[in-house]
Amino acid sequence: MLKVFLQKMTHLIPTLVGVSILAFVLPRMVPGDPVMLLLGERGADPEVYKEMQAALGLDQPMYKQYFSFMKNAVTGDMGNSIISKRTVTSEFFDRFPATLELGMAALAFAFTIGIPFGIFAAVRRNSFWDYLLMGGSLLGYSMPIFWWGLILILIFSVTLGWTPVSGRMSVMYDIDTWTGFMLIDTLQSSVIKEEGFAPFISAVKHMLLPAIAMGTIPLAVMARMTRSSMLEVLGEDFIRTAKAKGASPYIVVWHHALRNALIPIVTVAGLMFGSIITGAILTETIFSWPGIGKWLVASINARDYPVIQGGVLFIATMIVVINAVVDVIYIWVNPKLRS
Amino acid sequence: MSVYREHGLFYEFWRQFKKNKGALFGMSLIVAFVILAIFAPFFAPHNPSQLFADYLRLPPSWLEAGNTLYPLGTDDVGRDVMSRLIHGARISMSIGLSVVFLAMTVGTVLGLFAGYYGGWIDKVVMRITDIIMALPSILLAIVVVSVLGPGLRNAVIAVAIVAIPSFTRIVRASVLAEKEKEYVQASRSLGATSLRTMFKEVLPNCMAPLIVQATLGFSDGILNAAALGFLGLGAQPPTPEWGIMLADSRAFIESSPWMVTLPGLCILVVVLGFNLFGDGLRDALDPRLKGRG
Repeated sequence: MLKVFLQKMTHLIPTLVGVSILAFVLPRMVPGDPVMLLLGERGADPEVYKEMQAALGLDQPMYKQYFSFMKNAVTGDMGNSIISKRTVTSEFFDRFPATLELGMAALAFAFTIGIPFGIFAAVRRNSFWDYLLMGGSLLGYSMPIFWWGLILILIFSVTLGWTPVSGRMSVMYDIDTWTGFMLIDTLQSSVIKEEGFAPFISAVKHMLLPAIAMGTIPLAVMARMTRSSMLEVLGEDFIRTAKAKGASPYIVVWHHALRNALIPIVTVAGLMFGSIITGAILTETIFSWPGIGKWLVASINARDYPVIQGGVLFIATMIVVINAVVDVIYIWVNPKLRS
Repeated sequence: MSVYREHGLFYEFWRQFKKNKGALFGMSLIVAFVILAIFAPFFAPHNPSQLFADYLRLPPSWLEAGNTLYPLGTDDVGRDVMSRLIHGARISMSIGLSVVFLAMTVGTVLGLFAGYYGGWIDKVVMRITDIIMALPSILLAIVVVSVLGPGLRNAVIAVAIVAIPSFTRIVRASVLAEKEKEYVQASRSLGATSLRTMFKEVLPNCMAPLIVQATLGFSDGILNAAALGFLGLGAQPPTPEWGIMLADSRAFIESSPWMVTLPGLCILVVVLGFNLFGDGLRDALDPRLKGRG
């Protein structure tokens, strides 16, 4: 198993190098001179310009710039943001918990609804319910989430007034950062002592709509995937055997079939990480959620290219490594693929 | 082979396809939008850029204060929403078509070469697709657009680049399955060049999954280009593109919700149409894949 794991990881190296070149080259092709951007229009004194260029390392040849970028990157140093002057790494990790928390809420929403929907549709194959659920999930799969987010705001915030329009937390409360997860931080004893559960409820309310918007496509994928996986398993001999032994339909579905159907479902779940980041970029922009999606869009608009290259590299590395780990887990749980 | 076939291949396909009511529904949605797109000036009650200064943010005609001259209301500068939506169909359909054409052409050629020749060509091509797929599609598209500069044409290029890997992978996988078959060896031993064998013999036999992917590529392309438009990186105002219309209307979500609702609904319906149609095509063309994801 360890060998498989190491093999997978060494396979990743060329991909990661490729991603790092992409992350390095693309922002440099963005029109606009970062030195001019820093100095402003009036500060274009040639000497000052030269100094600044040297300070940023931009007077070096491209390949040297790339190597120093990579050398620093492996030690976790991605340079400093041109706008905020803070390190890209700290900017990233300040915002990452917000995206992770929202992503986990979205996936929780997708799984708790999508998997039962898929099971139900498979068990009642070709019934009215099957068509309704699968039609609904194709609708969810086709959803432009930037519009879906706005419609949710229109219904639940504007018309019904149940949820806030944007942000992560009511400005009334000042919550100390502990884990970075608002749902956990609002339950710190100091917060509860002062404010009771109101901050926690506020955090939940802020999270509901973005989590639904972001979780809709994963929900649809989960429901479709669960259905086809269940249908495949329900046609197998061991299910017939279980039925013949007189096992109740409940036991057959939940005990025998679901267990085996879950293997591909879990794999898809792992591979959903990439789509969560895609969802984050649009969802965070709509709901002003202070995560990495909104941060990246803002940095691209501001031509803050240390942030773009660092952010792209972080995200791509995460996705590639997670996909590889999911692959290994898949081999591990599926005895047929071992050896 | 002496298979007696009463009807053509297309008849067989159609017999399978028409059983799928969802796919037929999807097809009719697509046909309806294509007709709207082609004859946009004919169907649109007004010029999409004409400003009716006396009718700012007029609600749809069935609401109180609505006016039947502007069936779906007007926007914040007094343009007729229905006319803009109809002309938007033209833009979205062209976006879908260009994205699929670009991505399919490049992806197919890369996939054919990678699968047919194998070796280092295959390794390099597959590595590049791995790299592109390591980045979330919309993020890569945003970065590419910011390199090329915002605009409809560049948005199409960015969205097409993001879509290439799925075509490459599908073609490569089919080529790997096909190239060991006897007809390929026959073609080679008859002295056909590699290029001829690839494009004339192997490619036609990879068409089924390619057609399905092209249909699904339409929906992804339209969705991603609309997202870029929404973020201000795609088509630029005053183009009546659905994504921009949505972004422009955000400020009026409370006072004029129809301005937000309608453009997104159009995107949803078109994308749904292509997804339904693609699902139906897959089931009819390739029964082995029936019911997959």
